[in-house]
Amino acid sequence: MTLTATRTRWLQDNGVYVAVVALLLFNAVFTANFLTLGNFRTQLVQAAPVLIVALGMALVIGTEGVDLSVGAVMALAAAIIPLYLGAGPVPAVLMALVAGLVAGLFNGFLVAKVGIQPIVATLALLVGGRGLALVIANGQLVQLHDPAFLALGTGDVLGIPISVLIAVVLAVAVAALTNRTTFGRQLVAVGGNRRAAALAGLPVNRVLIGVYTICGVLAAVSGVLATSRLGAGDPADMGLLMELSAITAVVVGGTPLTGGKVRVLGTVTGVVLMQLVRATLIKHDLPDSIAQMIQAAIIVAAVYVARERR
Amino acid sequence: MPTDPVIEVAGVTKTFAGVRALDDVDFTLEKGEIHALVGENGAGKSTLIKVLTGIHTPDAGRVERHGRISTIYQEVNLVPLMSVAANLFLGREPRTRLGLIDRARRDADAAALLGGYGITADVRSPLGTLAVGEQQMVALARAVQAEADVVIMDEPTSSLEPREVETLLGVVAKLHEAGIAVIYVSHRMDELYRICDRVTVLRDGKRVHTGSLAELPRIELVSLMLGRSVTEIRKHGTTAFGEDHHADTEPVLEARDLTSTPRINGVTVSIRPGEVVGLAGLLGSGRTETAKAIIGALPLDRGTVLVAGKPVPRNVKAATRAGISMLAEDRKTEGIIPNLSVRENIVLAALPKLSRFGVTSRAKQDRIVDTFVKRLRIKVSSPEQKVSELSGGNQQKVLLARWLCTEPKILLLDEPTRGIDVGAKAEVQALIDELAREGLAVLLISSELDELLDGADRLVVLRDGAVAGELEGARLTREHVLAAIAAEVMDDADSH
Amino acid sequence: MTTLTAATRTKVLQRQGSAVALVLVVAVSWLVFPRFGSLDNLRDLALQGSFLAVIALGMTFVIITGGIDLSVGSVYALGGVLAAWGSQYGFLVALALPLVVCAGIGLVNGLLIARTNMAPFIVTLASLLFARGLLLAITDEGATTYQIPPDSAFVELGRGTVFGFGYPIFVAAALCLLGGVVLNRTSSGQNVFATGGAEQSAILMGVPVARTKIGVYTASGTLAGLAGALTAAYLQSGVTVIGVGTELDAIAVVVIGGTLLTGGTGMVLGTVIGVGLIKVIQNVINQIGTLDSNYQSVVSGVFLLVVVVLQRVLRR
Repeated sequence: MTLTATRTRWLQDNGVYVAVVALLLFNAVFTANFLTLGNFRTQLVQAAPVLIVALGMALVIGTEGVDLSVGAVMALAAAIIPLYLGAGPVPAVLMALVAGLVAGLFNGFLVAKVGIQPIVATLALLVGGRGLALVIANGQLVQLHDPAFLALGTGDVLGIPISVLIAVVLAVAVAALTNRTTFGRQLVAVGGNRRAAALAGLPVNRVLIGVYTICGVLAAVSGVLATSRLGAGDPADMGLLMELSAITAVVVGGTPLTGGKVRVLGTVTGVVLMQLVRATLIKHDLPDSIAQMIQAAIIVAAVYVARERR
Repeated sequence: MPTDPVIEVAGVTKTFAGVRALDDVDFTLEKGEIHALVGENGAGKSTLIKVLTGIHTPDAGRVERHGRISTIYQEVNLVPLMSVAANLFLGREPRTRLGLIDRARRDADAAALLGGYGITADVRSPLGTLAVGEQQMVALARAVQAEADVVIMDEPTSSLEPREVETLLGVVAKLHEAGIAVIYVSHRMDELYRICDRVTVLRDGKRVHTGSLAELPRIELVSLMLGRSVTEIRKHGTTAFGEDHHADTEPVLEARDLTSTPRINGVTVSIRPGEVVGLAGLLGSGRTETAKAIIGALPLDRGTVLVAGKPVPRNVKAATRAGISMLAEDRKTEGIIPNLSVRENIVLAALPKLSRFGVTSRAKQDRIVDTFVKRLRIKVSSPEQKVSELSGGNQQKVLLARWLCTEPKILLLDEPTRGIDVGAKAEVQALIDELAREGLAVLLISSELDELLDGADRLVVLRDGAVAGELEGARLTREHVLAAIAAEVMDDADSH
Repeated sequence: MTTLTAATRTKVLQRQGSAVALVLVVAVSWLVFPRFGSLDNLRDLALQGSFLAVIALGMTFVIITGGIDLSVGSVYALGGVLAAWGSQYGFLVALALPLVVCAGIGLVNGLLIARTNMAPFIVTLASLLFARGLLLAITDEGATTYQIPPDSAFVELGRGTVFGFGYPIFVAAALCLLGGVVLNRTSSGQNVFATGGAEQSAILMGVPVARTKIGVYTASGTLAGLAGALTAAYLQSGVTVIGVGTELDAIAVVVIGGTLLTGGTGMVLGTVIGVGLIKVIQNVINQIGTLDSNYQSVVSGVFLLVVVVLQRVLRR
């Protein structure tokens, strides 16, 4: 391997960590009130829902797929919560998760059994899902008052926000799933070489359906947490462009869009990086406009670096 | 004979990643001749064609072209969703006075042109709706219509039905009449001897023969193509296979009447435990297809596969469960998962067995991987090394290990030693021997005759998708195999 | 032979399926809703459809090459804002500025996709963000809405009518006609089909694949910008919040119109029918009144799904 190839490889694998450290250092020196507990807390709480979605997205991308419907699924969760909150927070959350499960099963079925490209299969739900959520909610934003449910988004355990805790637990769980289970290894194999995986007798369809289902459930979890934090069911805005943020974080974190690899720690770091970029720009009074353009540049740069070489 | 070459190649050498694909090759194509280019896989035909057409630049040597070249590939390189006429005229459509494409004229021209080749299909329908043979003919018509002086045909008949082959050969004859030179690549003896004037045989990147085809007996041509290469001759015979192993038991695998037109037609093979059965035949004779049919990866028109007397449903999962494993010919696209480690590639198929409640046991994996790395002498820096970093031979051993840890009863090996270096080759051969001695039933596919003769207890010879003969014991000789492949009946080799 | 009948069925369904659906929906609407058939309503319907048709025209080309352009919604909004801002310098600037800038974004999309082999999906996703960011940057973070002077000739482009039918309808019709001719009757059009149908074969057949891709993304950006300019002229201002999700509408109508998302086949007329279908359904849902307007996207989603599944099933 030539020196440049080695260097590119290293950058592909570790660029995201370097970027996070660099940004942290930059902020520590140049940003007032950055190294405070309160600030970290805010950043983490904001990043948690994105992370949960990104975890599912990383698994889907690992199979050489993509799930565009995650934002719509979040909206569905946001629409369903108020409907069942009267029966208590547990049934409400469960129903939201079931919605995510069904959405994911549906996507997985289209991809694995019908054989539709992932981008197209999940597009239908992206187009229709939010509309469905709005129909369910009558197009209304519903204020929520159940204290137990609201605690999910605002409460602490041992000084750590519950949503952050859930995100961390899920990240560990997804990492364990990818690295320590038959399912996880089969998932990566399907993404790496689908034909070889099928010839090796792997249950390709079951793996694909499973992956999309997990992604749907995780999107619903994220929708539940975000709804709780907002204190209102808001299907119109809930998870808008979330598919974009999640894909960005996954790709920036070094999981290639060509599949065959899932980097959970990279994805977590990717989410943190994009959150830090946003925070840095805001703290330095750079407007949202510039922030969006910089994000666009980061996406292109990350995908460019991560391009598979032939 | 006066020479008026349209293509002249002298001393061409081309190396890919240290492998000599072409080694000092000379080649001359005379004006108006039909020149057969033959050789087994990896002999260098494709590379030579790419050098001729200018896709590859040779490392050394001289290439002179005195005319325009048009190439027809084995796979139809047209656009299936576009209409037949659009495909024919893509890039040189007739125009109206407004500069727009004159569709009426294009379609009429296309119909007339194809009518000349005996194709009456609707030229406005998408190309993909035509039979493969007709598509191939459209490609041919397109190539010829480009006013080429040379047409290169790379296995144009490999996916055609007999009737379509006739039409194609008719077209080639017309080209010949029009004074267009043709380079014809094929493995079908009948076709070659019918239409070709001269032949060039490549083997291992070297030109081993050029001359008049009519003066070259079939058996000699086959021998030239398959001939043993000098480097592999070892002190004690040519390969690392040991003694034959006999077993007078019931066959563990019986495949009956496997048919998938036009690739294979009524192939029947059976293997006993501990037996190595070789599948011989030229490229395209249906060897790989037979193996794929047995493992359930090829849709069949008819035929059954029995393991220990019980029929196996036709899908890979069921076949695997029944104890059949297949080492695919194409390591890259059908074998290794490139981004995974050696360990993960080895345990892939056996993963459910090595897990408890879906959670993989690293200790069990390490134990089994360690066993196989040692036993198959896989050279890795660590089991965690990426499989894509290994040499071809070691990748092959990794795949072999993948199947062995599922504890199969029947192992189908498709070209297990292709593209790996001599040392690794001997090791893989010795391993196959060892596995058979342990009671495994092995189906061995190889383009190397010596490997088959030494390694197999019995040989099934395929020709054009059908069994052309079965050889055993005293008849397991080079001469008999060549005769069967070349379809020449020898005195004591009558069919049974 | 099974391939033949399946292909024929697919073809029939692609060519006629959406048209039949449109005729049915229109007929039922006409009978059930008396106001549907009124000239005013039809004029309004056509005008609303014309903006989407212009965007979807570009998307049709992109999808036929096997790509996708997610940036059109943002570019559409950007085009409107640029036109409104430019209108203070006269008609020419109001029209040329959005076209040039949006063509530039399309060109960059095309260059990145054709030259670096990055996935169209991710490249245009980034430019979706970029265009929206640019829009915010020139509108004071969305706080400023540029008004077009009412006496400006540019307003006429959006609000002028012939027999009560707005100019944008004619612009869209002319462009779709032109698009159809380019696609079916020029070699550039043939290159578009070949690129999406079988890229490797197209290269071997001498088709300039990279140039074709760059061309379609540039066209898509330009058309989205033009649609934005027309919308601004019609609304007399550069509304900053429009265009969110418009890329999805555009993709949906293209697919409903029978263009395969896998590329290689498609038609402009189908896209126009797709626009008609979506807009008629939208119009009807509005007429029902009691029905939530959010059913629109549900119906679009279901339509999309049915079409895609049918395409896939018939292809077997």
